[in-house]
Amino acid sequence: MKGVVARRHAVDVLSKILMGIATLVGVFFLLWILWTTLKFGISGMHWDLFTKDTPPPGTNGFGLRNAFVGSLGLLAVSMLIGVPVGLMAGTWLAEYGFHSRVANAVRFVNDIMLSAPSIEIGLFAYAIVVAPMGHFSGFAGSVALAVLMIPIIVRTTDEMLGLVGGDMREAAIALGAPNWIVITKVTWKAARAGILTGVLIGLARITGETAPLLFTALNNQYFSTNMFRPIANIPVVIFQFALSPYENWQQMAWAAAFITVIFVLVLSIGARWFLGKVQVPK
Amino acid sequence: MTPNGSEGSAIAKVPAVSVKLRDATQSGSAPETPVKIAARNLNFYYGKFHAIKNVSVDIRENRVTAFIGPSGCGKSTLLRIFNRMYDLYPGQRAEGEVILDGQDILASKSTARLRARVGMVFQKPTPFPMSIYENIAFGIRLYEKLGRSEMDARVQRALAKAGLWDEVKDKLNQSGLGLSGGQQQRLCIARALAVDPEVLLLDEPCSALDPVSTSKIEELWFELKNSCTLAVVTHNMQQAARASDYTAFIMEGTLIEYSETSKLFTTPSDSRTEAYITGRFG
Repeated sequence: MKGVVARRHAVDVLSKILMGIATLVGVFFLLWILWTTLKFGISGMHWDLFTKDTPPPGTNGFGLRNAFVGSLGLLAVSMLIGVPVGLMAGTWLAEYGFHSRVANAVRFVNDIMLSAPSIEIGLFAYAIVVAPMGHFSGFAGSVALAVLMIPIIVRTTDEMLGLVGGDMREAAIALGAPNWIVITKVTWKAARAGILTGVLIGLARITGETAPLLFTALNNQYFSTNMFRPIANIPVVIFQFALSPYENWQQMAWAAAFITVIFVLVLSIGARWFLGKVQVPK
Repeated sequence: MTPNGSEGSAIAKVPAVSVKLRDATQSGSAPETPVKIAARNLNFYYGKFHAIKNVSVDIRENRVTAFIGPSGCGKSTLLRIFNRMYDLYPGQRAEGEVILDGQDILASKSTARLRARVGMVFQKPTPFPMSIYENIAFGIRLYEKLGRSEMDARVQRALAKAGLWDEVKDKLNQSGLGLSGGQQQRLCIARALAVDPEVLLLDEPCSALDPVSTSKIEELWFELKNSCTLAVVTHNMQQAARASDYTAFIMEGTLIEYSETSKLFTTPSDSRTEAYITGRFG
């Protein structure tokens, strides 16, 4: 009996130590990344970043305005495509599909999509948008990003609507409300914090995506808001500038990386904040 | 059961009989009201499980009818047939007739109209994730388009009927989820009353509430039955005895006994009813 207790105690202490080490390793690298980005990025912080466009090679200019505007445009159009599709699909799964075979098949495919390599999604957007149009475009980039975003929104919407108690649904139906009113006025409302969390996580996921943009949105040295033409964007600018031999370009790449990290951090904190507001039924 | 046991309980009940009989003559002087809902040879199936077996019962207008019985006996199932809540779930079906004012509700196509006439309140309070005012207005808007002042009056009337107006009149714009459990349940009753139902089904409405809230809701029934017919499922035999006019005792999906409450609790005609109400099982 005493031996058992001692052994359990030893295993407990050992596993606590191992878990502590694993946590430290993870946090260490995370902080290292943040520190490096901060150290190199902060020196590149300058108003010109937001007011001037990317300079031509070999010049001393400093600016990322076109890339910021292009990235925001890409994200906005991605959301216009991805949020309605993801919300509808997730709602169908939770409110109509339940655990039917079709619904479970959709969930399975969606889970595969969640971990689909982003470069492959870029290739897909290239095939269905870039090739037929004959040229690269911001729109093609947004299609690729939307495809990456949709599975995340589908999954969270499905799960968050699943948390809304059947009681509340029944109560609305017992008043004689048709299904569409129950969904739009009651269950969406009940799950709104969770659904919003999914949208923010999806947005955070696509913010730094580079691979699918390389052969869809491409890049643009000039300021442009035309989504049907190649458009400048932060991830591809980071990719190109970081590999360049010019010092001012490298510094801009660090600055852009730093701003991206901050943006994703804010999105993640926002997502956590909304997640905290999700009411889990007792 | 032992002969001793039944004798003992008969003796214990003697004073109760005389009290209840006086009640019975008082209420008996009131004319017997017409039948509001008549169930005839009702059978209900959850898939293959035969949950309600050949039940015929009359629910009288402007009276409180209580359904009692051990857990899982089918009393909630029976109640959910009266507004066709079971329609929501594939694999559940009812056979027989449920006549509401001369019409078989099981045969009718539209459930929205039926659910406006036959309201329901559930075991767990289920306020919608919106303000107190909007909770009430939700049901009204399904059927009527009212101006602001008319809607205000209807919301006030419904809350007053449920005895909640004085407690919430200064915070109509606050979330319904912020109320106490008993207030939430009265909010749900007000919400159901707002569409002026002819019948109100209450499925163990007090089982999640404290005794004070429970007695408030029971008092409410006495008011409500002037304008409405009430059918109540309850786990609590004292509640059925205090607050109902008729009581139906159900066991294993079969209606064992149905009569005036005063009679059922004092001189039950079936030995199983007697065993249940004297607490020998259940």
